[in-house]
Amino acid sequence: VSALIDSSQAPDPRKRNKRLGAVESSATWRRRDRLGLAFAWFAGIGFCVICAAIVLFVAVEGLRYLVSHPSILSTNPTAGDNQSQTGGFLAPLIGTMLVTAMAMVLATPAGVAIAVWLSEYARPRWLARVVESTVEMLAGAPSVVLALFGLLLFGDHIFGFLSQSNGGVVTGKSFLTAAPLLALLGLPLVVTTTREGLQAIPNHVREASYAVGKTKITTIRRVLLPAARPSVITGTMLSTAHVIGDTAIILLILGDTSTSSPLHPGGTFGIFSGNGSTLTSYIFDSAPTGDLNQPQKAFAAALILMLIVLALNLVVDVFGNKSRDLKWN
Amino acid sequence: MESAYLPAEEPTPPLLSRDQRAELLLGALVCGVVLLILAMLTFILKEAWPSFWHNGLAWFGAGGNFDNQLSALVTAGENNKSAWTIHTWDLLYSTVLTTAIAVVLAFVFSLFAAVFMVEFAPPAIRRILEPVVRLLAGVPSVIYGLIGVYVLVPFIGHHLITKSQQASVTPVISLTGYSLLAAVLILTVMISPIMIAIFAEGLRSVPRSWLEGSLALGVNRWQTFWNIGVRTARPALVAGTVLATARALGEAVTLGMVSGETAFAPNPVDGLIFWYEPTRPYAATILGNNDGFALAPVKHALFAIGAVLLFSSALLSIAGYAAKQPMRQFFNVGGVE
Repeated sequence: VSALIDSSQAPDPRKRNKRLGAVESSATWRRRDRLGLAFAWFAGIGFCVICAAIVLFVAVEGLRYLVSHPSILSTNPTAGDNQSQTGGFLAPLIGTMLVTAMAMVLATPAGVAIAVWLSEYARPRWLARVVESTVEMLAGAPSVVLALFGLLLFGDHIFGFLSQSNGGVVTGKSFLTAAPLLALLGLPLVVTTTREGLQAIPNHVREASYAVGKTKITTIRRVLLPAARPSVITGTMLSTAHVIGDTAIILLILGDTSTSSPLHPGGTFGIFSGNGSTLTSYIFDSAPTGDLNQPQKAFAAALILMLIVLALNLVVDVFGNKSRDLKWN
Repeated sequence: MESAYLPAEEPTPPLLSRDQRAELLLGALVCGVVLLILAMLTFILKEAWPSFWHNGLAWFGAGGNFDNQLSALVTAGENNKSAWTIHTWDLLYSTVLTTAIAVVLAFVFSLFAAVFMVEFAPPAIRRILEPVVRLLAGVPSVIYGLIGVYVLVPFIGHHLITKSQQASVTPVISLTGYSLLAAVLILTVMISPIMIAIFAEGLRSVPRSWLEGSLALGVNRWQTFWNIGVRTARPALVAGTVLATARALGEAVTLGMVSGETAFAPNPVDGLIFWYEPTRPYAATILGNNDGFALAPVKHALFAIGAVLLFSSALLSIAGYAAKQPMRQFFNVGGVE
């Protein structure tokens, strides 16, 4: 490690040390400082190694099974005695897309509305305080507690039509009941990110809009929201990644029917009011602790899930750069 | 259609302008969502109350095995209130233990990693580290659980735990690899990226002039960054730690997978075996016992656990807010509210 640290000793023209400008040798430092620097290198490199190990492990294990059994992407899970008979994970894949899309359709408008209200109106002041702390509390709420609440709420007869009943007993488990809870889970990220974007717009932009006679709501719709669009998209994508990765709500509220298709008979509404599974619950059940115990398939599903999260991250990167390009001067 | 037959009337000015209507509509929507969340709180507390009421403060106390008590609830039925007794000390202890150890480990590791990433890493490494941190912060927890249960648990079970260690605790508990150690390690890896991301954001927004002032006085780079940078970014350190702790507290899936499904309190007196003993925190208990939800006593017990989790995460964010107040008197660093 000391060789790495001392590399700054010789004035190296390739070394672009922009941050602090000075190029100094750590050899002259006190031992405590050198130990600190060494530990920082250790932590940084160690983190890289752990990440690489995790990503490579999932990728290798997943690809090995996916390449030799590409059909698991296009077949539904079936009941079977061993891994070769249990089919693929088409239904969980569709379930993931479906439930996440439904949740984000609910969470995005609500989140943007709350962010706009908090950033632009926030009157009366006490109500704004309440809204702020409620959103913060929601951000800290464990998803398993949200799932408990969902079981209570949607198990009630008033909401019985949202889920298929099981011999007269309302189960409360369906896509229609899981989506609102996942939306609650994703809401805080949309709110905070959008709000930051709106607050980053300087006031003279609003004043310019008022000066040409636009009302407040027109200013918000035609000036502020378009300007904050990169933040809205970033927030939505981060929130989508969070919602896709949730397992507790899926296990408790979506019914977790790992061996059947969500595409129930019973018309279009039957799909939504029926049980289902997602990639996360499929992984949970396929892990050695789960009911199915088929780790190869679990890793294949994990790889697909990680690729989806990676794609969402890339979208965030693209729009994050765009928002930095936006200059107001 | 009607206007074709009626004489044109003077349009009466609307009660509210379009702008005011928009504000009211937006306000109503916000209030609706907030009311829903507050209703959720109320419902959870209402459902939790019978369990707390029956047990009093002994709910948190020690005594008996929680799993046995829970199955007693199932057999006792709705009306036999004498069997409603549960003592969750094992779970509380397990929650505090896993969360605290993982947060302390992750804090030290993440702080140095963030300092490295922001200040000392060569540009090439920095370019790799930054997206990797964000990717890892977004990896679903169930994937960490899968790796834990497929790699870490068998490793601990086959290579770290010896036969004699297993034999020494056989009457009490069986050591299989599903352990406190696996839970803490997986949890640490899981919450570190969140901490690093927020720490780094705070460290990056330390004003350069403050650091340059220190350097100009001849203080070396490490001391400068450690004493000025890290100290200025303290609000971000608190924010990251609070967020990571909340995540660790509420993590049900990963811990349910790797920590072993028994309500057992690892005993520090056991020495090394302490780390190999299975355990189960609050959140994983809810996940593991949701089948009994249809029975009122079990439902109340689960909601009581949920209420404790909600209350502690709320307390955590209040504590974080309080801790940040004295630190931000000069400069608001990190943009973290």
